[in-house]
Amino acid sequence: MAPLDDKKDVPMFSDYPQQIPKIECGASLDTDTFKAYPEHNEALGFPGELLPNWKEVAIAKMGELAKKNRAFQVYLDACVKCGACTDKCQYFLGTSDPKNMPVARQDLLRSVYRRYFTFAGKYFPWLVGARDLTKEVLDEWYTYYHQCSQCRRCAVACPYGIDTAEISMAAREILDSVGVGQKYCNEIIAKLKKTGNNLGLNPKALRATLEDMEEDLLDETGVEVKIPLDVKGADILLITPSADFFAEPHIEGLMGYAKVFHSAGVSWTLSSYASEAANFGMFIGSYENMREVSWRIRQAAKDLGVKRIIFGECGHAWRVAYSFLNTLAGPFDFLDQNYPIPQHILEFTLDEIESGRLKIDKSRNDEHVVTFHDSCNVARGSAMGDKEGGQFDVPRAVLKAVCNNFHDMERDTIRENTFCCGGGGGLLTDDLMDLRIKGAKPRMTALKQVADEHGVNKMVAICAICKTQFAKVMPKYGFDMDTIQSAHQLVANAVILDGQETEDDAE
Amino acid sequence: MISTVYAVLFYLATILLVVGVGMRVWKYATTPVPLNIVVSPAPRTKRGVVFRMFREVIFFESLFKSNKWIWIFAYLFHWGMLIVLLRHLRYFTLNTWWWVEIISPIGRLMAFAMLAGLLGLWARRVLQERIRYISNPSDHLMLALLVGIAASGALMSYVTHTDIIMVKAYMLGLLRFRIGDMPTDPILMVHLGLVALLMIIFPISKLLHVPGVFFAPSRTLVDNAREKRRVSKWARNLPPLPEGIPANEEA
Repeated sequence: MAPLDDKKDVPMFSDYPQQIPKIECGASLDTDTFKAYPEHNEALGFPGELLPNWKEVAIAKMGELAKKNRAFQVYLDACVKCGACTDKCQYFLGTSDPKNMPVARQDLLRSVYRRYFTFAGKYFPWLVGARDLTKEVLDEWYTYYHQCSQCRRCAVACPYGIDTAEISMAAREILDSVGVGQKYCNEIIAKLKKTGNNLGLNPKALRATLEDMEEDLLDETGVEVKIPLDVKGADILLITPSADFFAEPHIEGLMGYAKVFHSAGVSWTLSSYASEAANFGMFIGSYENMREVSWRIRQAAKDLGVKRIIFGECGHAWRVAYSFLNTLAGPFDFLDQNYPIPQHILEFTLDEIESGRLKIDKSRNDEHVVTFHDSCNVARGSAMGDKEGGQFDVPRAVLKAVCNNFHDMERDTIRENTFCCGGGGGLLTDDLMDLRIKGAKPRMTALKQVADEHGVNKMVAICAICKTQFAKVMPKYGFDMDTIQSAHQLVANAVILDGQETEDDAE
Repeated sequence: MISTVYAVLFYLATILLVVGVGMRVWKYATTPVPLNIVVSPAPRTKRGVVFRMFREVIFFESLFKSNKWIWIFAYLFHWGMLIVLLRHLRYFTLNTWWWVEIISPIGRLMAFAMLAGLLGLWARRVLQERIRYISNPSDHLMLALLVGIAASGALMSYVTHTDIIMVKAYMLGLLRFRIGDMPTDPILMVHLGLVALLMIIFPISKLLHVPGVFFAPSRTLVDNAREKRRVSKWARNLPPLPEGIPANEEA
């Protein structure tokens, strides 16, 4: 990593991670993400273009959501505007735009809800800040609900647990239902429905990619480590984000899982039909789409006849897997009930480490001084292991087992208070690059603190979006691109496979 | 005449409060929770959730962690108000309960805690630009209303006493559906009028945070999603998805 001293003039860091800017109205108003083409919207069951009667449809949809989802109803009613959330969002901290304060973001929709659904808003709109739904309001929704990564940091801060992610998902669902979709999310979901993954990678290309990785593993270790695809009768189905097949540092993570599975001696497989862990249905708040995407995993598991499902490193995927999969695509009565359904790869790896089955040489990671970025959807929307807080402790336990130098970042920026990487929730698109850079500011500042203090030179994340986002954004803050690492990359470094040629052997 | 007006006002306010909040609670309770959206740090057991909600309601735990200033003022106000309210039970029971006697002297003082909390919150709403930005006229008026209630009450406690025996007789009468005479001190009339107004707007305002806090799925759910399915009624009625992998998509 480049010494940070050289980068002292990087103007973007805050003095400390949660430094609150003075508000600047409209600062982020021009940050707009591309709209979906009609065919993307239609593939998801939405109208292709803005409906002529969009206003009526939008209001009806809002009423429908309030009836179908208690969270939406209670959250719209309960806010007292205390302000405790106003300084919690990384996009507000990064952009200074007051509409990126969680409560203000909610109010974009709450003001309309009040106008059409509450006594006070119907008869005294000026009193309670209620407003008519107009095209300007709709545009504003599109702009600011696509500056929320649904990371839920504000929900932890709120005295009533009001979760802006729920409001933001509902807003996107309403937008979709009138024909205004976001290109990034809707195009990807459409692609997944065709090919089984977000990349549109067909089985042939996928197989070729995996074979390349197998070769790399053979070159590196001298051991034939397999990455099986579509193997019927395997015990374990691995569902991993498709980024693991092609992006850095994701690939290193996938090769890490392969080493762990190899060393554990289990039979496992990937599926080309369900070759995607991520579920963008969540980003657009569409239960139906989320269910359809999840359903593929169930079908793949049944078709391959596996006994267990394990998920790779992917934050939003793990939230859907841990918290929603059972509901959306269960019951998984055909799987082995002795294992968690589904299981996280880190849970599996930690078991292998703790049982002593995995041979580890920690010193092989000695050049790295490591910190851990809790990926927001894992941290606040899921869990691991069987103890409360396992989603924080399991990854750290694995990291501390495979490397000697580990330092956490400031307490208010990790665990349940972790910042989003800046690219979550459907914002990981180039047309939002400016927002992504600004949204990463609090995390980059927290990282700089431990880099300065402890010489931290690697930050581990367990989410495909975090990894892509940081690989892209870190250089803007003066960190090397490879400062961001997969957890299983460090595991892979330290694992010694049976029959592996090590440097000691060479001597 | 005035006694009758206030009697009608209080009966009306009580009906609106009870029916309005009741309907809201019914709505919250019967609206489905289609997915487990509990937010960290999430307990793994029902007991854990009860303990979590206890800490939220008694200590305002999340607020304490997220903003110390708001917490101090909110805590002063809410606890001050609770004790003041409990002290008011002496005007509604023929023989004052022993524990109401005990808290009564503290209750008198708590009017100041209430006022301090309210004024602190109001100051933040005016002076802190982020909170000013998110405030609507109703947010200021709500504070004004509560300050009015607390200040008029404190005035009667400390400055111009009203005929409290007469007030008590009037209230006891109302509880038995008998309309007696109430003192016509202006401050008392303001105090009672504002209280009735507060009761009336309760179910149609942000005061719904009181029942709402008990129905927020992000806090009230148990972190057990891997073990427990929760398919809501409307989700059960969605069209079934096809079994098996379509032939053209097979690898």
